[in-house]
Order: sequence, then structure tokens, then C-alpha cells
Amino acid sequence: MNESSRLFAEAFRDPALAQCLLRSIERRATRPMRLMEVCGTHTMAIFRHGIRALLPSNLTLLSGPGCPVCVTDTQEIDAFIALSQREDVIVATFGDLIRVPGSYTSLQKESAEGADVRVVYSAMDAVQLARERPDKTVVFLGVGFETTAPTIAAAVLAAREMGLANFCVYSAHKTVPAALSALMANPAVKIDGFLLPGHVSVIIGLNAYRDFFQAHGIPCVVGGFEPLDILQAVDLLVAQIDAGTPALANGYPRAVTADGNQRARAVLAQVFTACDARWRGLGPIPGSGLAIRPELARYDAAQRFQIAVVEMPPPKGCACGEILIGARTPPQCPLFRKRCTPMDPVGPCMVSSEGTCAAYYRYHDANGTG
Amino acid sequence: MKIEKILLDHGSGGKLAHQLTTDLLLPLFNNPLLAPLHDGAVFDVAGGRLAFSTDSFVVDPIFFPGGDIGDLAVNGTVNDLAMCGAVPRYLSLALILEEGLPVADLKRILASIRNALDRAGVQLITGDTKVVQRGAADKLFINTAGIGLVPPGVVIGGDGARPGDCILLSGTMADHGIAVLTQREGLRFQSEVVSDTAPLAAMVQAILAAAPGVRVLRDPTRGGVGTVLNEIALQSKVGVVIDEALLPVRPAVAGICDLLGFDPLYLANEGKLLCCVPADQAAAALAAMRREPYGREAVVIGQVVAEHPGRVVMRTCIGGRRIVDMLSGEQLPRIC
Repeated sequence: MNESSRLFAEAFRDPALAQCLLRSIERRATRPMRLMEVCGTHTMAIFRHGIRALLPSNLTLLSGPGCPVCVTDTQEIDAFIALSQREDVIVATFGDLIRVPGSYTSLQKESAEGADVRVVYSAMDAVQLARERPDKTVVFLGVGFETTAPTIAAAVLAAREMGLANFCVYSAHKTVPAALSALMANPAVKIDGFLLPGHVSVIIGLNAYRDFFQAHGIPCVVGGFEPLDILQAVDLLVAQIDAGTPALANGYPRAVTADGNQRARAVLAQVFTACDARWRGLGPIPGSGLAIRPELARYDAAQRFQIAVVEMPPPKGCACGEILIGARTPPQCPLFRKRCTPMDPVGPCMVSSEGTCAAYYRYHDANGTG
Repeated sequence: MKIEKILLDHGSGGKLAHQLTTDLLLPLFNNPLLAPLHDGAVFDVAGGRLAFSTDSFVVDPIFFPGGDIGDLAVNGTVNDLAMCGAVPRYLSLALILEEGLPVADLKRILASIRNALDRAGVQLITGDTKVVQRGAADKLFINTAGIGLVPPGVVIGGDGARPGDCILLSGTMADHGIAVLTQREGLRFQSEVVSDTAPLAAMVQAILAAAPGVRVLRDPTRGGVGTVLNEIALQSKVGVVIDEALLPVRPAVAGICDLLGFDPLYLANEGKLLCCVPADQAAAALAAMRREPYGREAVVIGQVVAEHPGRVVMRTCIGGRRIVDMLSGEQLPRIC
């Protein structure tokens, strides 16, 4: 990072401008308002910058189902673990996933038992691993939203280009707009406006939310991740709610365009097709997943390895499902900070560094700090 | 949580490492010298006081920008002694070599050990070498132990911080962690970040001379500044407040952390120290640190307070407040 890019980044943390935005928010938040940030990175940024404590008390920020690890269904985690237990498989995954508990165990515990589980920083590293280990099949665990899915699609295309037969992806990808509709259909969800995810929107573009907005007419603002980005998006939402003029607005125009990243979207469409998916907390949502297209079936781990997993009830007392839809907050879960901690998590919201429970655990205490 | 198998997190320097020590080690070995769990033990012998410490080094890769496992092994133990207020004098060196290690690599590491010893002004007086079969170790592991002399009147401990004390940090955070990370398999990328590995004993003696009231000295290695501040708050039963705007981070380090989702507060340093100094001596301590070659960028980062004992709170750039928790588990990259 050079000097000018550092100054650019610092400009979005300016304390005086933050005060201006906070005063504007205070002026307009004249009645109780409930906003949901749909992205785990937003949840984390809000806590890291101590934003919650600065906002007026009648403004409630709820964390939504925007942490990909958190919304991954237990059955999918069990399938990942079952794959890792195969002698002929090396499992490659992003790091957050390895501590997530399945019904009985986790990838981290299986790794200590001898399973070959590798943490990689990009799907291309997993392709490289497959080239180096022709004796094994490398299965990449595809967990994430539209932000990371194009890079995984590109890895599949690269593997095809190389003629690699021992690389495949277990796709548990999810898409954001479909989840927003499911949230609105849930009677337990009471939200006055959505802070829409910045990174996802860089890929899919503002127009991807158009149908959702037209169907529900709820205030929607895409926001960035620096403190001023978040405050500005909140200010725009509060203004819309106050004036009773819902709109789909772009609060992150330096990164998000109307149509998104066309190239990434093309790669995504070349490899994946929409499918029904189960979300932890939300249950099955039609068309909210990404499956590998039939013509690329040889890269689809779900097709190659017929993994049978049994449906298990969620851990007793775990409120992750309600936390993911903003119906409860982590301190309202009986397990929070007691049976469930980042060292020994019960539910996924405590595991992922972007999970709501992990954020509360790390940054928030009962005295209202953070 | 009952420990059934050792996980990588048990070595992270965070909460699980702490649990491993208190659950498995202390019940068997506890005694008044071990109990403080400081970087080293300080004890009386006829005619003086000694500090004694040991540390093992398993860094991967063994060569990284700004250093290698050799100078790290010397500086690590030298600094543990320094954090007891001691003047390090003697070191032991134990090498565990993997079959097949190129002798050229070993020579290069031994040369940097030689240099680091000279820089720190300590003597290597005993050692041991073992070789294990391929795969039983990764290239080489090093253990060093060291002895230092504690000057009369010097009392340093993790439990000494008092409300009103200033907290000083000798320079930028996370340089070592990022330098090593950028060399890791699968994550290689070009950066100007180099490890800060350096001996800190001379700076400690300069601080002691300028600010004899200094109460706590710690080098924030694994677990980083965030974890060490938590340990100070817990052991001293005080609160700690730090200012985000005062925390020194190199722009390149900040950029890489942003990109990969790491928090510089929890990344390792190998040539930095934190000290708690009574407010009336803070200016003198700061000036002394800045005169030292490894303390030129020293700053005050916060204060010790009576409120919220055991907790570290950060005032954020935009005027918010949040908790700085102890690291729990290895820091992992973001996935969305």
C-alpha cells in the first residue's frame, strides 16, 4: 500500500465526518427503527469500529444471514467431514470452515485424527495441490456467496483446461437476493431496512436486487466497509425510513456499479446454475444455491462421491437459527459465553470470524461497550 | 472444555494455549517461581539474582524477509530474559535436524546465530544436536535457554500495572507475523514487509535507567499486542484503554491485514516491547526508547485504568469503543 492509497483509506475513518453523519442519523431516527446488515463483514466492521455504541438508542442493528460459514447447513458440514475421512481424498478449504462442528466432529478434529485437510487461500491453490498429488482426489469445499464463487468457478475452468481429473468442488454456495426474499417471507422477521453487502454487490451489481426491492418496497442501501461507508449507508436508510420513501440506493458507488462485474458473472454462469439450497436458520430456499452445471459433472464432488448424511436435529439450546434472521441476539441464547465459546463452539455463528456470536463474544460486553 | 487431542490452536499463544498451561502443566509443576507464568523466572542465588528462560523455535519457513530461524532463536530467548529486567549473559542451543537438511542451509542459520549472539552481547556456552528421520521434524527445530543477571532493585512482573500508568509500545505492530505469512506456501506475494526480529535487552536497560519505576515489560510475540495487553489486565487486575489512532502499523502491513482479514493487534512481533510506566516517568521512558536503534518509533498507546478490571477496551478512530479480547484460536483468513 503506498502513501496515496493509505491516505485514501484513512479518509474513510475521519472522526469529524463521522460526527457529521452521526448527528444527521440522530436527527432522522425519530422513532424505533430496525436495520439488518446482511453481510458478516459488515457485522465485524460495525463491532471493530465501535459503531453500535455511537448510534442513537432507538436504532437497532441486526445481523443477518450473511456469514457463509454460519448459514452452511449441518448436513453439508457432515458431508465435508465424511469426504475428509476418505483415504483417497485431500480436502482443501478456506480456514474458517475447519472448526465448524458438524453433528459429531469437525474438520479440525478429523485433521488431528489423521484426515488430510489443507487450508488454502484460493481455490487455485487447491488446483495446484491436485497437480502435485495425482495419487489423491482434491476436493475443494465451496462455501461462500457471489463474492468468492466466481474464483471457484475459474478454478474449475482452469482444471478443465489442464485436463486435471483429480480435482473437484463440493458446492455449498449460496446467493444473497434469494435469501432476502426468504427473510421477508418469515413472519418472525421485523425489519425496516436492509444494509446490503458491499463485496457481493461488486460482483452482482445493484440491479440484482431490483426484483426483490420491487416486490417488497423496503429501504435498501448497499454499503462499503469503512466506518464512514457504514455510517453513510445507515444515514441513507434512516432518511428513507423517516421520509417514508423506500428506495434501492448505492451507498458504495466507488466499488459497486449497476450491473456488477460482468466478467465474474459470466464465469459464474459458465460453471454454476441456480439450485434449491438449505440454509441454517432459514431452512430450504428455492433457487438460493449454486450447483455445478451438468456438463461439468466430473468436477462436482457431490456427483463423484455419493455422500449419504443423516439429518440431525440442531444442537440443543443453540439459537443460531434465530440469530441468523435477527429474531434473537447472541446474549439471548442460553449457551452464549457458557457452553458455547470460540474455543469450543456449539453453533456456527460462534465459529466463523464473521459470525454474529463471535463478534458479540469478542467485542461486546454486557456493560454496553462495543 | 476438556482437552482430548492437541490442536494447532493450542500453540497459538491465545486462550487455548493458556488453557493448556493452566490445565495440564501447572497442576503438576506449580511452584512460586513458575506460578507467575512470566516470560522467564527470576530467582536469588548467592551473590545476586538470575533470570532463566527457555523457548523453542519451529517457524515455517525457516528463512523469511528480515531474518531466519537462527536469529529468531537467539533474540527470542534474549528478549524473554530482557522482559524480566535482566541483562542476558549465557545461552544454550539445541538443534533438532531433519534428515536431508542441506548443510548450506544449516551453515547459513548458524552464521545468523553467530551474528545475533554478537548483537545481543551474549555467549553460547552449551549445546546439543539431534537428527531425526525425514518427516519426523520439518527441516530444523531449535531450542534455546538463557541466563541473565537482574540488576539490584529491579522488580518486573505481569501483575505490576497500576491505574494511571501509561502503556508504551516500542514500534510498529505485526511486522514479523506478516513477513512470515507472505512467505507461506500458497500465500506468496511481493511485499516490502520484513520481520522485526531484534534483541531488546539494551533498550530495557535504557528504560530502567530513565524510568526506574517501570512496572511491566512484555514482548508481544505470539498472540500479539492484543493478547499481551489482556494478560497484563488479568494479572494486574486492572483495566486497559488503548487508542486505535495511536497504534503504529506500517501501511504495507495494514494493507495486507485488510486484504486477508487479519487484525494486526493479534499478529506476532519479535523485536517489540510493551511497558507500563507511571505517568510521571512516561516521557523519560519514551525518550529513552526512541534513542535506541529498535525503539525509534516508540509511542504511548494507552493507559491503565481502575475501571473494567481484566478487560482491554479500545477507543476507535471514529470515537466508538470496543473490547479487545484475547486471541482465541489461530487467526484465519476471511472467506467472503
